[in-house]
Amino acid sequence: MSKNILHSWKNTPLASRVEEGSSKNFKTGSWRSKKPVHNKEICTNCLQCWINCPDNAIKVKDGNIDKIDYDFCKGCGICAEVCPVKAIEMKNEKDE
Amino acid sequence: MSSLKELSQRKGGITSGHRLCSGCGAGIMARQVMLAAGNYKVVVACATGCLEVATTIYPYSAWKVPWIHNAFENAAATISGVETAYKSLKKQGKIKKDLKFLAFGGDGGTYDIGLQSLSGALERGHDFLYICYDNEAYMNTGIQRSSATPKYAATTTSPYGEVISGKREFRKNITEIVAAHNIPYVAQTAVGYWNDLVTKVEKALEVKGPKFINIFTPCQLGWKYGPEKTLEIGKLAVETGFWPLYEVENGKYKINYKPQEKKPVEEFLKIQKRFNHLFKPERKEKLIQEIQDNIEKGWTELEKKEKCLN
Repeated sequence: MSKNILHSWKNTPLASRVEEGSSKNFKTGSWRSKKPVHNKEICTNCLQCWINCPDNAIKVKDGNIDKIDYDFCKGCGICAEVCPVKAIEMKNEKDE
Repeated sequence: MSSLKELSQRKGGITSGHRLCSGCGAGIMARQVMLAAGNYKVVVACATGCLEVATTIYPYSAWKVPWIHNAFENAAATISGVETAYKSLKKQGKIKKDLKFLAFGGDGGTYDIGLQSLSGALERGHDFLYICYDNEAYMNTGIQRSSATPKYAATTTSPYGEVISGKREFRKNITEIVAAHNIPYVAQTAVGYWNDLVTKVEKALEVKGPKFINIFTPCQLGWKYGPEKTLEIGKLAVETGFWPLYEVENGKYKINYKPQEKKPVEEFLKIQKRFNHLFKPERKEKLIQEIQDNIEKGWTELEKKEKCLN
């Protein structure tokens, strides 16, 4: 199923198996109007942004913040709000 | 208690690409619960609600664990059936794995529609953990009032006008109703306190028998605030005493967090537009005071219970 993305009811079969985690094929990043930009230099890797992200869009590698997954980030700004050292800044999507 | 570094090594049970609103408290809650349960093999049942609808829009699913949805009213009945089948299959030697059972329900699916099946499952003593994510109204169908909606909150079915000021009744206390079933573990926690939430879920999963955790889950759409304020509102609810963090372990009460000085409830009400009519056009002091008095009453009762039942 996940290999074969179904976009419309017209080509959706009447019944099929839904694979685990297949929502990864549905990119929610397009919802965003503001974009979080991560500054690695000030970041202390406290992971507060990671644990509080509703969309699992902050990627952690070996206990450090690796990157923000813009395919799924909906731009809510919780990460920028919770960051104790202001290492995440919300920028207008248009300005980029 | 697990540290964030430890948690980040675990495989989460719910992934990206679900269609919950931006800044949704339920998304935060579900991720944290599934990370806390990350060391176990879990089976999840969801009652109808925001979480169920937004995470499993056909043909997609955001869940990485065995997952079942049945109807609005019977998440607890469904999971108790699954748990009983598992026990039988394990006895017959057809399943070797150790499994844990989780049920998620919103306040509609727990306080109102699912109360009867939840009560039944608790009384029968099935080994499962029920998570209620309380966003204080039926958000998924368009913000209708539920029995979890606080007094004077405006919803589409309890609007405010010249005569009435939002919902006219106080919310019901489901945590106490569940605690009255004398089950081994009942707790209340909030989005914004990941440490408290994860610790309680981990603690609950170690206990055998029915467990219940009620999670305060801010909803930016229904409570009408900016999506980045979700954690702040969760924290204000706890700091003002509106939502105490406590647990009942084998009948013993424990308040997990006592604010040194409780903030006035006004601070919690002011930043949510659903309470706007209490401040504009003119301030309704009497109504705000009524909410404040109710909080004080609740706290005094809870402190007494902690003192007497410890």
